[in-house]
Amino acid sequence: MSKIFGGIKMAKIKSLADLKKKQDEVRSKLNLRDKADNPESLVQIKVAMATCGIASGAKEIMEFFVNELGKRNIDAVVTQTGCMGYCYAEPTIEVQLPGQEPVVYGYVDSKKADKIIELYIKKGELVDGIIPQNYETIDNK
Amino acid sequence: MANYKMHILVCGGTGCRASQSEMILDNLKTELETKGLSDEIQVIQTGCFGFCEKGPIVKIMPDNTFYVEVTPEDVKEIIDEHIIKGRRVNRLLYVNPDNQEHIADSKHMGFYKKQLRIALRNCGFIDPENIDEAIAKDAYQALGKALVEMSPDQVIAVMKDSGLRGRGGGGFPAGLKWEFAAKNASDQKYVVCNADEGDPGAFMDRSILEGDPHSVLEAMALCGYSTGANKGLIYIRAEYPLAIERLKIAMKQAEEYGFLGKDILGSGFDFEIELRYGAGAFVCGEETALIHSMEGERGEPTVKPPFPAESGYLKKPTNVNNVETFANVPVILLKGAEWYKSIGTEKSSGTKVFALAGKINNVGLIEVPMGTTLREVIFEIGGGIKDGKKFKAVQTGGPSGGCLTEKHLDTPIDFDNLIAVGSMMGSGGMIVMDEDDCMVSMAKFYLEFTVEESCGKCSPCRIGNKRLYELLTKITEGKGTMEDLDLLRNLSEVIKDTSLCGLGQTSPNPVLSTMSNFWDEYIEHVTDKKCSAGQCAALKQYIIDPEACVGCTACARVCPVNAISGERKMPHEINQDICIKCNACFEKCKFNAISIN
Ligand SMILES: Cc1cc2nc3c(=O)[nH]c(=O)nc-3n(C[C@H](O)[C@H](O)[C@H](O)COP(=O)(O)O)c2cc1C
Repeated sequence: MSKIFGGIKMAKIKSLADLKKKQDEVRSKLNLRDKADNPESLVQIKVAMATCGIASGAKEIMEFFVNELGKRNIDAVVTQTGCMGYCYAEPTIEVQLPGQEPVVYGYVDSKKADKIIELYIKKGELVDGIIPQNYETIDNK
Repeated sequence: MANYKMHILVCGGTGCRASQSEMILDNLKTELETKGLSDEIQVIQTGCFGFCEKGPIVKIMPDNTFYVEVTPEDVKEIIDEHIIKGRRVNRLLYVNPDNQEHIADSKHMGFYKKQLRIALRNCGFIDPENIDEAIAKDAYQALGKALVEMSPDQVIAVMKDSGLRGRGGGGFPAGLKWEFAAKNASDQKYVVCNADEGDPGAFMDRSILEGDPHSVLEAMALCGYSTGANKGLIYIRAEYPLAIERLKIAMKQAEEYGFLGKDILGSGFDFEIELRYGAGAFVCGEETALIHSMEGERGEPTVKPPFPAESGYLKKPTNVNNVETFANVPVILLKGAEWYKSIGTEKSSGTKVFALAGKINNVGLIEVPMGTTLREVIFEIGGGIKDGKKFKAVQTGGPSGGCLTEKHLDTPIDFDNLIAVGSMMGSGGMIVMDEDDCMVSMAKFYLEFTVEESCGKCSPCRIGNKRLYELLTKITEGKGTMEDLDLLRNLSEVIKDTSLCGLGQTSPNPVLSTMSNFWDEYIEHVTDKKCSAGQCAALKQYIIDPEACVGCTACARVCPVNAISGERKMPHEINQDICIKCNACFEKCKFNAISIN
């Protein structure tokens, strides 16, 4: 999960200018993840891992994705995130294929996760159970 | 990549399913099959779009066309016109009520999105254990801006102008509170984050801490800078292990980057944060009790004044704010008070996070601008009542709040409106009830909680609430009298007026609000000895219809208390004095001969 921090002491940020620089740096790093050089292969998956998600099996789903994507030779970044708000549909995950809008899937069990890998990630076919984004973000307000 | 050229998304939310979205789905598939298009167009069922009022919803991608109130009969036209000829079916588009224009592209339908995420801006987007992701999303930019470009007074001025009010329940203006703490000179001051979150059914604060802990850490440092405190304490209940874990990781990372600690961003300002654990007592969410608990004293409240801003933790000026209050702060400083004030209502700016629970389809965490109506929250975002049942009431404000009914559904939610209609904002728990919920039992449930959680320091709360609970129990058992109802009301008023802290001052609210909104139901329990919601077991009567009973003896054999008698092949009878209403006979009878009154 937080490999980036494992044991490595991070450099102190000593001024506002440094912070701005850091932000540019991490933003482009995250963007790189979105728009990788080989867009065919880099997929981003976020698993909602708040208490509610974990209680309904999000940890197992995260492991499933990490293991299965590895086994099936799919280059992907699987990260955890907080509650997406759809507690009625836990576990929930967000999948972003390169260059595409992210898609949220609810009620993800290992069967559904398998389908998402085989159909959505490999072939770009949507799978039943998409949860439409029903809120606005502060970026647009 | 996909062979599919187009996707048709059909809403499979409960509301839309009730209005035939599954048939729409089937028709679409059949029609595509007939036209030989199944390989090019994919039909997908989705979760709730949060626009149930206009359902069933069908969305076509990639052109984002958003059709509303679609019927199974419309499918042919959608396929023939839209899919084959590429022409939108105008009559199925949403009509903007303001100007009667048809809106095709859901990108321009922002107004259907009732939610706006400010406090939850990063929840579900970033990895909460990776500070870099938070930084990419503006974490610590507001702190940097304040430390370098603003004086403490300027920060407080922005906070005051923004109109942000405390989200922990009281709704006190945050900027004003910060100003009080700033004005009280002292060698040592404290910033406290209240993460006790004790309302049953509430999990807003937990979700924020689990999803975006840096927003709270940053806001506490900002508060420290503007009030002159260099020490922060987060009081969090030990029952929140994941939130604690993520906070610890976030604090460590923030320290390593230098956002916490000495000489933050080269400004000379020092700020450190410590965690303090609560043992889960509800009263410890009250700020004076919370402070005593942190001091190692009993978690009991004391009279205010003095307010914590004057004399708080270790008798030093202390600013206490709630998790969600803090989570709003960095955005306000970055985007400005004017921006924040433009959201919400005049006297309650911004948004509020609610935890939707109870008999509602989309149980979950939502954030809406103040001024959104209960109807929008329950029937649009919440997807309506479960199993097509009828809405009865919604409880806001937890054990301190009240219940609101049908007639309050169009009330715009804000601090003052909710108080005006006899409830309160509370911290954001919203429990929805349907026709099967008995309001007397609901009041009893909250009183049971209060009795359990009263710290016992003052007698009105310790003894009074117990008596309220006993009266309610008596009524739900069909033993109540009209005098009991008078007593219930009078005692409630006395407890409210004479209790020491907010717990007792508000604990009778569930009783008073159900009495004022559901008086008939109290009367029914008392005079008719009936509970039409069918929840009060003691008031139920199991009766065997002699016409339908064939005398198979199955019920008599399953009855654990031998309340059923009768000869084989003859109608049986239930002795009401013995029956414990366990429902076993009802479940066993194959002839529908047993009914419940
Ligand atoms: C019985 C009782 C329980 C409370 N529980 C909480 C709580 O769990 N979380 C919280 O933030 N405030 C709680 N409060 C309110 C706090 O006393 C205080 O007003 C609040 O933390 C101030 O922060 P705010 O202005 O940001 O809302 C409670 C109050 C009472 C009377």
